[in-house]
Amino acid sequence: MNQNDPEIVERLQSQFPDALQSVAAIDQPTLQVGLPDLLRVMTFLRDEQKYKMCLDVLVVDYLPTHPRFEVVYHLYEPWKHARIRIKTRVAINQSVPSVTPLWPGANWPEREAYDLFGIVFEGHPDLRRIYLPDDWDGHPLRKDYPMTGTRID
Amino acid sequence: MAADKLESTQTADPSQTMIINMGPQHPSTHGVLRVRLELDGERVVNAEPVIGYLHTGFEKTAENLTYQQCNTITDRLDYLAPMTNNLAYVLAVEKLLNLEVPKRAQYIRVLFAELTRVASHLVWLGTHVMDLGAMSLFFYTMREREVILDLIEDAAGVRMNPSYFRIGGIAYDLPEGFHEKVHAFVKDFPRWMKSYRHLFEGNPLINERLEGIATITQEQALGLSVTGPNLRATGLPLDLRKDEPYSSYDEFDFNVPVRSGADAYARFWVRVDEIYEAMKIIEQAIDKITPTGPYTSSNRKVSLPPREEIYGNMEALIHQFKLVTQGFVVPAGEVYQAVEGPRGEMGFYIVSDGGTKPYRWRARTPSFYNLQTMPLMCKGGLVADVITAIGSIDIMLGDVDK
Repeated sequence: MNQNDPEIVERLQSQFPDALQSVAAIDQPTLQVGLPDLLRVMTFLRDEQKYKMCLDVLVVDYLPTHPRFEVVYHLYEPWKHARIRIKTRVAINQSVPSVTPLWPGANWPEREAYDLFGIVFEGHPDLRRIYLPDDWDGHPLRKDYPMTGTRID
Repeated sequence: MAADKLESTQTADPSQTMIINMGPQHPSTHGVLRVRLELDGERVVNAEPVIGYLHTGFEKTAENLTYQQCNTITDRLDYLAPMTNNLAYVLAVEKLLNLEVPKRAQYIRVLFAELTRVASHLVWLGTHVMDLGAMSLFFYTMREREVILDLIEDAAGVRMNPSYFRIGGIAYDLPEGFHEKVHAFVKDFPRWMKSYRHLFEGNPLINERLEGIATITQEQALGLSVTGPNLRATGLPLDLRKDEPYSSYDEFDFNVPVRSGADAYARFWVRVDEIYEAMKIIEQAIDKITPTGPYTSSNRKVSLPPREEIYGNMEALIHQFKLVTQGFVVPAGEVYQAVEGPRGEMGFYIVSDGGTKPYRWRARTPSFYNLQTMPLMCKGGLVADVITAIGSIDIMLGDVDK
């Protein structure tokens, strides 16, 4: 368990009393945040708490549940070597505010999430497919996308 | 070729610029990378990397494999440093399983992780200097790399994609005579390195091509999620082996090379110094590894029973059968585990639903993030420096495209 910034959860919860829920995890502090509060929390973490690196943005597809997707952010504080994980749930027709204006490094992972999961990041400067051709049909990492199959035209 | 002798490029007239595709088949792109260059004469107005040519959908594939089988995919991400990828993955699953690994296996893992670091940096050194115009160094560094690959072949059976680390320990015990071979390598390596170090050290042709080229400042590097030697070249001593030690790295004595130049020259010397530090760790690791002892966890629900036990013990046979046909169950939960790979933070985020296959298998590959710095490094520079920039961040396209 990464305990290098031990009071970060308390500081966040006192700053945003109703917006955050702590989630039990074995490796690093983990918080669930609602979609409307996401950008406020992220800005606070970057500007006031020195979380200057966004190591990763990724999506998990929990198919039968609603909201269906979970966007996970791994943030890093390079001076104390502290980590934090922020998660938010997204429905299939919802868009997520982009964190690329805060961390330019989130640009490509957000494009990847758009490409492979079809999540739309609002405010992203250049939201295009990154791995697959522009005319590709569907989003392969979704759970309802088949593992193998032949295209019949 | 200092770019500052030229005027600002930000005001280039679009009707006067030319678009050139560098790659996907270009020898200096180290794989299948396409760079869309917008040029105004010899000056670069914009350099946009276009990736995806090696995309094979590893993350989707992994969701349909058992945990132990996924290990073979990790080899193929960054195929010049398969062992550090293995290490990140097995540590992540072991954390979910709450599994203790014998000390001896941890030291063997450290030994091979550092051997691959040296091998990977040697390939980088040879190819990077070759890009700059010095051909001969490549032959020497590939010769040394071959010695390391022979050591890996000795232990794992294959040279390139060994999958030597398994969840719970390592696949097989070290072969006879392995200690002597590593000792001989540790003894010979400084002599080899010294014999051709003068080809790049103090060489004005190479210094001229590197100094002040492709600068990434510390703030830019942090913002762009740059890790590894590229970040340490900006003056920040971030190294997961020191900051969050895994696999008993805290028992080893080594330094973290840091430079503050933030340019291609600083990145060059961080990596060269890292080769020597990795050799220090290899020397200590081989002394710590006892000739005999446990090399994998004794938890038979996770690691395969020894071969001789299977023929005489019914329970061992059942364990073998269950593990090979179904795999083992991992408790539900999520975990992120990162290690310091040769290119930066190599991490795995795994979500388990309590089954034998991962529900979500995410690889945080360092080259993917490091390559995002391309436009920043190349804008305003010369075309020839684009090649320096690509080489200086040491990307691996298997790692970028996954």
